[in-house]
Amino acid sequence: MQISSRQLDKTIIFDVSGDIDLANSPAVRKALLKEVRDNRTPRVVMNLSKVRYIDSSGVASLVEGLKASRDVGSRFILFGLSTSAREVLQLSRLLKIFEVYDNEEQALAG
Amino acid sequence: MQFVSQIGGSVMNSLAYVGSLASLGGRAAYYTFVGPFQGKPLRLQRAVSQAMDVGVRALPILSLITFFIGLILALQSAYELRRFGAMNYVATAVAISMSRELGPLITAIVVIGRSGSAFAAEIGTMKVTEEIDALETMAISPIRFLVTPKFLAMIVMLPCLTIWANAMGILGGSLFGVAQADFTFGRYIQASLDSLLLRDIMTGLVKSVMFGITITAVGCQEGLDTGAGAEQVGRSTTRAVVMSIFLVVLVDLVFTCLFFFVSGS
Amino acid sequence: MENTDSLEPEVMLSLRDVRVSYGEREILHGVSFDVKRGETLVILGGSGSGKSTLLRTLVGLEKASSGEIWIKGKNIAAIPDAEMDEIRKKIGMSFQGGALFGSMTVGENVALPLREHTKLEDSTIEIMLRLKLEQVGLAGFEYYMPSQLSGGMKKRAAVARALAMDPEILFFDEPSAGLDPIIAAGIDQLILELKQAFRMTIIVVTHELASAYLIADRMVLIDKGYVVAIGTTAEMRASTQPRVRQFLDRVPEPEVAREMDYLQMLTQDRRL
Repeated sequence: MQISSRQLDKTIIFDVSGDIDLANSPAVRKALLKEVRDNRTPRVVMNLSKVRYIDSSGVASLVEGLKASRDVGSRFILFGLSTSAREVLQLSRLLKIFEVYDNEEQALAG
Repeated sequence: MQFVSQIGGSVMNSLAYVGSLASLGGRAAYYTFVGPFQGKPLRLQRAVSQAMDVGVRALPILSLITFFIGLILALQSAYELRRFGAMNYVATAVAISMSRELGPLITAIVVIGRSGSAFAAEIGTMKVTEEIDALETMAISPIRFLVTPKFLAMIVMLPCLTIWANAMGILGGSLFGVAQADFTFGRYIQASLDSLLLRDIMTGLVKSVMFGITITAVGCQEGLDTGAGAEQVGRSTTRAVVMSIFLVVLVDLVFTCLFFFVSGS
Repeated sequence: MENTDSLEPEVMLSLRDVRVSYGEREILHGVSFDVKRGETLVILGGSGSGKSTLLRTLVGLEKASSGEIWIKGKNIAAIPDAEMDEIRKKIGMSFQGGALFGSMTVGENVALPLREHTKLEDSTIEIMLRLKLEQVGLAGFEYYMPSQLSGGMKKRAAVARALAMDPEILFFDEPSAGLDPIIAAGIDQLILELKQAFRMTIIVVTHELASAYLIADRMVLIDKGYVVAIGTTAEMRASTQPRVRQFLDRVPEPEVAREMDYLQMLTQDRRL
């Protein structure tokens, strides 16, 4: 798994690629929480288009990111979910809780 | 001929049993001393709560029993000493027999009744309800998870309880000393302390550590050997108590011999 | 000669002539079959057929005396404990009575494998265990003790614990045992949901035919330690094999088969 970030005005975009699983979800969590809590970036966008598989620790880490962003009043946006990632969120009844878009343009315009 | 083969058979069984205890102790030692450096942390919190159970909660009953034992010892030794007009040696007799022998032994027996049996019952029940199997299928070693904290708790608590038992025994003896042997309380305690050598206390404590290891190993092994069915838990518990008492006395004998010959030479 | 290369990629678990003995007595006399990724295989058999022993062998609680069991490219009949533990982290097992730890809350039970095997933060683990409980329909029961749960809820909690590490294979031992028919149907429904949702490979041991017909993609019928038949649900229904028909049609075991054996059994010398 690789994670990198881009700053666009008042938005930060995390590009994640590979699988998010038990071994590396702490890294995702750390990067997210740092951005939300310390930098208070108003809009945090996760690009998951290169993520094939996301396990429940990954989902839990995203939930933590969402919670932290709600706490500080910023927005937390996901886009580019693979079918399987979408299903995992659907199953956990989380799809409606997250702000989810199909691609980057929509995510940034939304 | 059959008799000989039966003796051979039971000797082999006993050796196998002691072997299984030793292997259990060895694995627990591995998880205590090596495991933490290989990313398998000790469950210290669990060990502390076990120690509370084994140690602190045993204090009331242990105090009462050893107080009476001290009193009995004083009465029994006074029966002999009176004939020689040596009543002032009552304190010495009680202090030495408590701290070298009866303190550790009575403590061990109380702990067997309270905790050795509880270990066997707890692990035996977990065996019957497949909880031990569940631990294994989750790649969690039952030895590390369940047995090691018990060893730690016992090894720490039994010597502590033994010291307490010694003190209560001497206190019990003092009751007789003050009432019947012209001691004041202060003089009785002083006489007891004067008669005790550090070596007396240490031999008692070494024994109590060995007893702790024995009781834990037997209790846990009997628990792990529990067969299917709830009535087997009862059997394991009974066996744990009987085997523990027997082995504790055996260990006591071995160490008493050892101390006798070492200090004699 | 058998190795991982010879297995097709979609095979999750493969048994080759597996034999298991307790002491002198052989319980399984050479069992072979494959389980494909994402399928639900039901192992059917009466009591004493060896089906439970088979399940225990598959999760590594019993050692096969000979034969091979391939899971994730490893023959678990011949690997050291440390490697077996790595495989165990990728499988989940739901025991007959739940086997929840009575001294821990439901939430602690579910979190246990995560606390033991991962370096996840407590806050992450907490969210995960709540997600798992939600998935098995036990949302909000995190702080209950197992003794406060009904039989069906205990099984659901046990499934949540088995799911904690996102296993690739999920094993069930008698999911409907000890439950009334309505609660049992609920557990069957849960298995179906898990299968559809996670495309998980699921292996169920049961003697309940109704439940087997409902959840199975394929069935294996075990009798007296032998595989009697293996096939899809439809194939089993259509089977004309006498042993299969006997089991599926619930024909009772015939009385003592041969009179001579019976006479011998009654009169044989006592063994010392």
